[in-house]
Amino acid sequence: MSDHDHDHHHGDHDHSELSETELRVRALETILTEKGYVEPAALDAIIQAYETKIGPHNGALVVAKAWSDPAFKKALLEDATKAVGTLGHVSRVGDHLVAVENTPARHNMVVCTLCSCYPWEMLGLPPVWYKAAPYRSRAVKDPRGVLADFGVALPKDTEIRVWDSTAETRFLVLPMRPEGAEGWSEQQLAELVTRDSMIGTGFPKRPGAPS
Amino acid sequence: MNGVHDMGGMDGFGKVEPEPNEPMFHAEWEARVLAMVRAMGAAGAFNIDTSRFYRETLPPHVYLASSYYKKWFLGLEDLLVDKGFVAESEIAAGHATRSAKPLNRGKFTRDDVERIMVRGKFGRAALAPAKFKPGDRVRAKNIHPVTHTRLPRYVRGHAGVIERVQGCHVFPDSAATESGENPQWLYTVVFDGAELWGADADPTVKISIEAFEPYLEIA
Repeated sequence: MSDHDHDHHHGDHDHSELSETELRVRALETILTEKGYVEPAALDAIIQAYETKIGPHNGALVVAKAWSDPAFKKALLEDATKAVGTLGHVSRVGDHLVAVENTPARHNMVVCTLCSCYPWEMLGLPPVWYKAAPYRSRAVKDPRGVLADFGVALPKDTEIRVWDSTAETRFLVLPMRPEGAEGWSEQQLAELVTRDSMIGTGFPKRPGAPS
Repeated sequence: MNGVHDMGGMDGFGKVEPEPNEPMFHAEWEARVLAMVRAMGAAGAFNIDTSRFYRETLPPHVYLASSYYKKWFLGLEDLLVDKGFVAESEIAAGHATRSAKPLNRGKFTRDDVERIMVRGKFGRAALAPAKFKPGDRVRAKNIHPVTHTRLPRYVRGHAGVIERVQGCHVFPDSAATESGENPQWLYTVVFDGAELWGADADPTVKISIEAFEPYLEIA
């Protein structure tokens, strides 16, 4: 590891510290650009792609399809990468996507205790809490306590299965379809699917409930 | 390495605090850091496991006190300096003052953006048959590598059951030190809560990890 001193660059979370980070980030981009490693317009395009192309709307369409189409659901649970690949309107996904199904007997929850692995193509960039110490430390030891932090309570006898994403497999929770949405189109159903319901820290919205 | 990044099962970090209507980035520099990491990785300056290792080797107090993208930035700086792409003196000066080191895949341009929006492929051809099959009882080895590993501490020495065989993948422990891809079979291994956390654990909880074959032995 290089030995330059990190102690100069952290500590107080005041405004000047933030400004210093901002200056250092700009300086590094200047150096990478001047050395011909990257072009700033390409960095702009990466950011724009993250801001517009990926997000939980992708996962929501997949879940809504699985709720509506038993053959798709079966294919999704067998090989999610392949199944999602058949949907033209959802962005392409990388290999090793795994969909895990919630049932009345079993609730799935996803974490990455070692870093922040998350199905970006399906859910977008992870929220801060997913990447932070409280979730990463407790999800595997006290998942009911973590769910309580989200205001989620499960029946006492429901099995909780926590998936620690320690490799390049990526997990998407297929939540249970809420009652009261019979006959809804996939597009309407997708509106009920929340990001947290696909991580396993929340439920889908109920039809008619205020959003 | 047994670092502070390996957080599973630690106490004392407090409640999970979701932020309502959280923005994708909390400052513009965060987005620039994400883009630089992705671009330099895609250009061949480093692989994903090496970049993870550099974040893990930040001093513990820095790791714990830094925001997510701050960690990414500090790891990126260290990595680019160590690999010779950027000099310390250039960081100090804020400008390039030395010639560039060639990148494996050349300069990262706009034309490269689309391909990086789909995750890379980590599956590889198997060099040997899988040692384990679903239903086998296995034990996570009691190993403590000082370099990068994806075997979290909280499972080491504990017994679980193979649930799925996920194929043969790039082995992060090798890739992180640039020792080659060394493909290994990957398994989903399920542990009972009580096996990991003792007799008082919630009996309804099961935990799985994704474990590479070298992490496991028959129980």
